[in-house]
Amino acid sequence: MSVIIIRQGLVIGERSGAVADVLIVDGQIKEVATTIDAPSAAHEIDARDCWVGPGFVDLHTHLREPGREAAETIESGARAGALGGYCALVAMPNTEPALDSVALVAYVLERGARTPLDIAVAGAITKDRAGESLAPMAEMAALGVRLFTDDGLGVQDPSVMRRALTYATPLGVRLAQHCEDERLAAGGTMNEGALSGRLGLVGRPALAEELMVLRDIELVRLTGGSVHFLHLSTGRSVELVSNARDEGLAVSFEVAPHHFTLDESACTDYDPVFKVHPPLRARSDVDALVDALRRGVVDAVATDHAPHAPELKDLAFDEAPAGMLGLEEAASLTLEALGASPDPLEFFRLLSRGPARIAQLRRDDYRVRHSAHGANMLAGEDANVTVFDPGVQWVVDRSTLASRSMNTPYEGRAMTGRVRATIAKGHLVVDEGRLT
Amino acid sequence: MIDSIRGRSLLSLDDLSRAAIVEVLDTAESFVEVNRRTIKKVPALKGRVVASLFFEESTRTRLSFETAAKRLSADVLSLAVASSSVKKGESLRDTIATIDALGIDAVVLRHRSSGAALQVSRYVPHVRVINGGDGQHQHPTQGLLDAFTIRQVLSERHDTTGLESGAELFTGLKVLIVGDIRHSRVARSDVAAYAALGAEVRLCAPGTLLPDDVATWPVTVVRDFDEALGWADVVGLLRLQSERGSGAFVASLDEFTFTHGLTVERARLLQPGALIMHPGPMNRGVEVDSRVVDSPKAIVERQVANGVPIRMAVLYLSVAGSGEGSPL
Repeated sequence: MSVIIIRQGLVIGERSGAVADVLIVDGQIKEVATTIDAPSAAHEIDARDCWVGPGFVDLHTHLREPGREAAETIESGARAGALGGYCALVAMPNTEPALDSVALVAYVLERGARTPLDIAVAGAITKDRAGESLAPMAEMAALGVRLFTDDGLGVQDPSVMRRALTYATPLGVRLAQHCEDERLAAGGTMNEGALSGRLGLVGRPALAEELMVLRDIELVRLTGGSVHFLHLSTGRSVELVSNARDEGLAVSFEVAPHHFTLDESACTDYDPVFKVHPPLRARSDVDALVDALRRGVVDAVATDHAPHAPELKDLAFDEAPAGMLGLEEAASLTLEALGASPDPLEFFRLLSRGPARIAQLRRDDYRVRHSAHGANMLAGEDANVTVFDPGVQWVVDRSTLASRSMNTPYEGRAMTGRVRATIAKGHLVVDEGRLT
Repeated sequence: MIDSIRGRSLLSLDDLSRAAIVEVLDTAESFVEVNRRTIKKVPALKGRVVASLFFEESTRTRLSFETAAKRLSADVLSLAVASSSVKKGESLRDTIATIDALGIDAVVLRHRSSGAALQVSRYVPHVRVINGGDGQHQHPTQGLLDAFTIRQVLSERHDTTGLESGAELFTGLKVLIVGDIRHSRVARSDVAAYAALGAEVRLCAPGTLLPDDVATWPVTVVRDFDEALGWADVVGLLRLQSERGSGAFVASLDEFTFTHGLTVERARLLQPGALIMHPGPMNRGVEVDSRVVDSPKAIVERQVANGVPIRMAVLYLSVAGSGEGSPL
């Protein structure tokens, strides 16, 4: 019998929080009460001054396996995720080869099942993510895949996207779109603006993102389908999708920590670590994203954790691949963005409940059995629990990250708030801020 | 603002003060004299090693830099890496580390990617990096030699010397830069140099060939090319960078010539004393008519000739470093 007791943390329910003990027995929450007498063999976690809530769920993780194991593996990515407080990750399909078939999805699910976390898969919308013909979404859905995306690229052809929506809707799955019109983005490498001009770098205009956001909102209206908008990076994109959601369309969106933390000026020294698609935007867009987070209109924070082997970030800016790490820093940056008196309920909504709902992570869906995520902290629930200390100060040191890669854009940055413990699939994976 | 490049890398003209630019021009004056001697060599950089690392095809810039280094008695390590580092399978950092391991004092870098020189200066902070042109960003020695050439020609006309005139002849000088400004590292460096020296700069180009950030440049953008030609003391032409895809930014080369080519007819609008410049290589018949570029107004050959003394000056100041001693 495994027994864990989390002592005197602020336990975060859906509508309120209260200081309590949480007793976890054999992978399930057994009791939540003001004080609990635990058996002497119980592993105790002192959670005074900490927040205790449903484990984080990342909608957007590049685990790089199969194909680019030098940058990350499902195993190393899961460890990085656990340190960041994540209990479930949705693996993006832009691997080599792309996750566009039952065999490849099953491979990742089976590898994922050996890690301490629940690893879900987002399948490709089109074969080889080429944007031309539909991937076998029905077969992948039968394995439990609930999200489909060609992430890394948006589906460029509007008729293909329309067909994909019409095909996906009766399957009960949702399409997730990386919104950037690549023709308008014109091979650019950073945000288009005065800075890109001065640096002599080709710009990716905000409009390249916003046009595809607009297009897909209208395709959702036309088809009755459902789209989750990945990593929105401009104030206008956020406004468009939240208005569409208010109208009752089946749309949701995520924002990524780098887009609400860093602006385009980070590219001034041509360090490819700051190259990402969509690019780091103007300060006004960063401010708009922070404002959206504080107004509570954002559905989820998602990392877009994108590991790259060091040698690929030692190339010239326009030759280096786009993408940066995020799993181990996302929670602290979300806390920072929520301002001086962050609401712990909102914090867990953004990192756990919101993304769990979009990922549709339910207990019995997958052939590889997953546990439930984003649930209330109630007896009988699967124990996916994150203990977060909102007061602790720390500094990012890339040499200590669990990821196989080092391309964090936050090296040396002072952070507030860190995960103290992660209990995933009923097991204590992170304790005292370290992997067990 | 940087007030002297002594002992420093030269990555961009954007952050050089007027004094820093004048110092390079003045230093180059003494090297012009060296280049007229029978023995065109001084021991200023004897025992120093300059690596010339060209990731992009170039004949004239490379020849000019290597000649400059040799005339300063430096040892030159010359590497042509005319393919992208990605294709070669080696990172930029590794390539530089390899060269650095041979023991070098300076590297002259030409790269198709904007920012490559700055990146390299970060990888090897103990080595002086001279930017020989990076992507669409900067080509500082071209900007310096263009300014030097203007000062040289104008000071001859005013019966003075470049050294005596300092930056004086640039005050109020009317410079028009025409053509593919968007894709031009030369334009960015030229504008920085001319503006720092006190010139009034106007740009004229098809809308698609102006840079996105032109509103922040110290220039005026004008539409009427013909009128601007009558205004200018100096006309700086640029190569239409078809190899960077500029062809798609205009309807055709023919139409570019129609709107912004310096044709024989248009050249008649120029003031009698106006100067015509071009950084080369020229697309004769596209941005400029052959008869115009072979006319006395054109000072293209002097630009080429001044490449060596300017690059000698840059290498000398950057590599020999501190101290006010004479290089001769």
